[in-house]
Amino acid sequence: MKTLNIILKGLSLFIILNILFALLQPGIGRISAYNLIFPGRERLPFGENSAKAYNLSLFDLDAMFASHEINGSQKAADEFRVILIGDSSVWGTLLKPEETLAGQLNSAKLTACGKNMRVYNVGYPTISLTKDVLLLSRGMKYQPDLVIWMTTLEAFPLDKQVASPLVANNKDSLLRLAASFGLKVDPNDPAFVGENVWDRTLIGRQRTLADVFRLQIYGVMWAATGIDQVYSTDYQKAQTDFDADPSFHKFGSSVLDEKSLAMNALETGVKLVGNIPIVIVNEPMLISNGKNSDIRYNFFYPRWAYDQYRALMTGQSLNHRWTYVDLWDAVPANQFTNSAIHLTSLGETQLAKKITPIITAVCK
Amino acid sequence: MTIVQVLIVAAAALFWGLFMRERGRLYFLLITSIIVIFWLQPALPLRGFDFWLPTATLAVIVFNWYITALEESHREKKNWVTLSILTGAVLLLNLTRFLPFDPILTPSRPPQTEILLIALAGLGFLFFFVTRLKRFNASLLSISIIGLIIFFLALKVPALAYWVSYGIRSLTHQSLTEVKGMDLRWLGFSYIAFRIIHTLRDRQMGRLPAVDLAEYVTYVIFFPAFVAGPIDRVERFIKDLRQPAAALGNDELLVAGQRLMVGLFKKFVVADALAMIALNDTNALQVRTAGWMWILLYAYAFQIYFDFSGYTDIALGTSRLLGIQLPENFSAPYQKPNLTQFWNNWHITLTQWFRAYFFNPVTRWLRSWEKPLPAPVMIALTQVATMLLIGFWHGVTWNFALWGLWHGVGLFIHNRWNDMTRVRASEWATTPFRKTALNVSGIFLTFNFVALGWIFFALSATSVSWQVFLKLFGLG
Repeated sequence: MKTLNIILKGLSLFIILNILFALLQPGIGRISAYNLIFPGRERLPFGENSAKAYNLSLFDLDAMFASHEINGSQKAADEFRVILIGDSSVWGTLLKPEETLAGQLNSAKLTACGKNMRVYNVGYPTISLTKDVLLLSRGMKYQPDLVIWMTTLEAFPLDKQVASPLVANNKDSLLRLAASFGLKVDPNDPAFVGENVWDRTLIGRQRTLADVFRLQIYGVMWAATGIDQVYSTDYQKAQTDFDADPSFHKFGSSVLDEKSLAMNALETGVKLVGNIPIVIVNEPMLISNGKNSDIRYNFFYPRWAYDQYRALMTGQSLNHRWTYVDLWDAVPANQFTNSAIHLTSLGETQLAKKITPIITAVCK
Repeated sequence: MTIVQVLIVAAAALFWGLFMRERGRLYFLLITSIIVIFWLQPALPLRGFDFWLPTATLAVIVFNWYITALEESHREKKNWVTLSILTGAVLLLNLTRFLPFDPILTPSRPPQTEILLIALAGLGFLFFFVTRLKRFNASLLSISIIGLIIFFLALKVPALAYWVSYGIRSLTHQSLTEVKGMDLRWLGFSYIAFRIIHTLRDRQMGRLPAVDLAEYVTYVIFFPAFVAGPIDRVERFIKDLRQPAAALGNDELLVAGQRLMVGLFKKFVVADALAMIALNDTNALQVRTAGWMWILLYAYAFQIYFDFSGYTDIALGTSRLLGIQLPENFSAPYQKPNLTQFWNNWHITLTQWFRAYFFNPVTRWLRSWEKPLPAPVMIALTQVATMLLIGFWHGVTWNFALWGLWHGVGLFIHNRWNDMTRVRASEWATTPFRKTALNVSGIFLTFNFVALGWIFFALSATSVSWQVFLKLFGLG
């Protein structure tokens, strides 16, 4: 009987804890050892080889931002705070934190509007404007003085918006953005990871909780080594020879139909920042001169689609009075690494030099 | 072992403990253990070897039972029954190759049945031949010990393991481009060899109790202790095994369950979490400061303890469900005030094995010399040699040798220091505060000495270990 009593009591306690957890939904992710015991990470956590990168991909935005250095730095009166958002090119695939665009801008110790400029890397791998808006909505809590939104055509197609796992796993946050800022979100999109009551219990959330826990443990390795990804030099170079394929997503007729692009996400992002200046940058991409480069610029884009996109963005920015900068050809082809948008450290330096006057121009 | 494998093994033990406790324990343990050694064997790149190695384990055990058992027991019917069970089990496991789905009980599809039949016939012939060598029985014991040590070296010396793998690949016409020493991962062989050597030595000394084949096989491959020990003694094991198993009472279930849960928590929560930050070959050269290097080293020290003692708890809890009380293997080793006590409480059964079959006999032999060596020299020799062997048990590499040497020299220094200071220390430590201070400083020094020794254990290259040492003391 004693054993049975113990088992029954243990089981009851476990069930009660699960129910309480499902009802209260405590923000476990907000509790973080980063910026407390360990230094904050210089970019959001992302990693596919945790054991070597001392990093991992998780979808709890609270935990992600809690581990970021931006969460641990009180904004000083003389700080000009810049938030950089965008895809893996901003996050800095294959680059050390100091080699990324944010890292290079910071190491230049620039001033803007009479204040010390401090740039925070809030970029995140996967290409989707909706994902950028999601991160921007969180980033706004940290009182930026300027937002720089690096983007590219691949982030625009509607079918790309929820494809990012970060977006697919944060339906509630997106629905809140939809309600507050008019972000177009289809709540019935099958790409969303559904959540029922079971998913909200301790058992249902075991993966999320384990990820948050692992992220804290990897804080030791981040603090000890400063490594947050595998900085491989043995990678396959970005493709420069292509098949004679003019296709781009589902745009079959050589017309980049605006209705199939997530312009609304871009508008939502601008609305979200309110009076804070925002600069939208068409990020540099690899312009190939290899086989069939008369048809395609690179792996992502046929020439027709990209040319139309650039014209469209110029028109849209004029219509909406957005600060828009087109840096599509700012970096030569030999400064790209394993993708048509990933830059080398030197490429980032070149880009940083182009971005610097844009930032200082904001103050005028 | 994965957590799923551990839970399946524990569930099998619980099932038997709850529903079949009073019936057929020996044969339940025997058959389950046979299945488990095939099931847990990792898949190997050498074709068919993940089936052949567990089969070889059983053949080696049967052979060694034969040469250690009393002659009159050779023809006992129950032993033939056991032999039939062993052969039948191997055959049945092999026949699973014809099932229409992926293998469950073996890591890959078992080899062709006709090859197995030829191999079994060959083993039968060899066995028949050995049984004719009655007058060489005493020599067979020594030959078997040497054979096991040679096998051991072939698996543990990286260069030898490489060449063995190379030879097997050549003979079986497999690719020679990807030969690795790790090709021959014979699960549990270190433990199997040491249990068998213990029975061989005890037989030589005339101390081995009469054990039938089923008991002998079960002792050597007892499934809860197969992967990570402890290394039980056969006379203790069969005493439990022969006692009628009482029904699994609440108290017993509670104690066993508690031990199992503690083990699962230690291994799969604490140790696995610490493994993420523990010192290893990759991070050893990435750490930027001495402080963080100490943290990674301490993480390794605790990871290896929680991992190993966690497995032991799992083994003890599981075996308790089966009515077997395996010996303890750890007893708060990091809380011991000196290195000698540490080694009396760390991997206790392995240390006792070496004490019984190496340290004590060698010491006796050295003392028996007409002109015995001075005591300190004798102590240094035996302690360093014992610890070197314990190092080699883990792998015959320079780093394991250095780890053994580190502890051997440490034990010798402690022995001498203790002799020199024992009286003065007891005169000084007259108040509770002083006693505590002495104890705490001893624990601190011992733990850090052991932790520094782990550098050799955790890393595979001597040069990297040296760099870690330098970094720890701010010199690198």
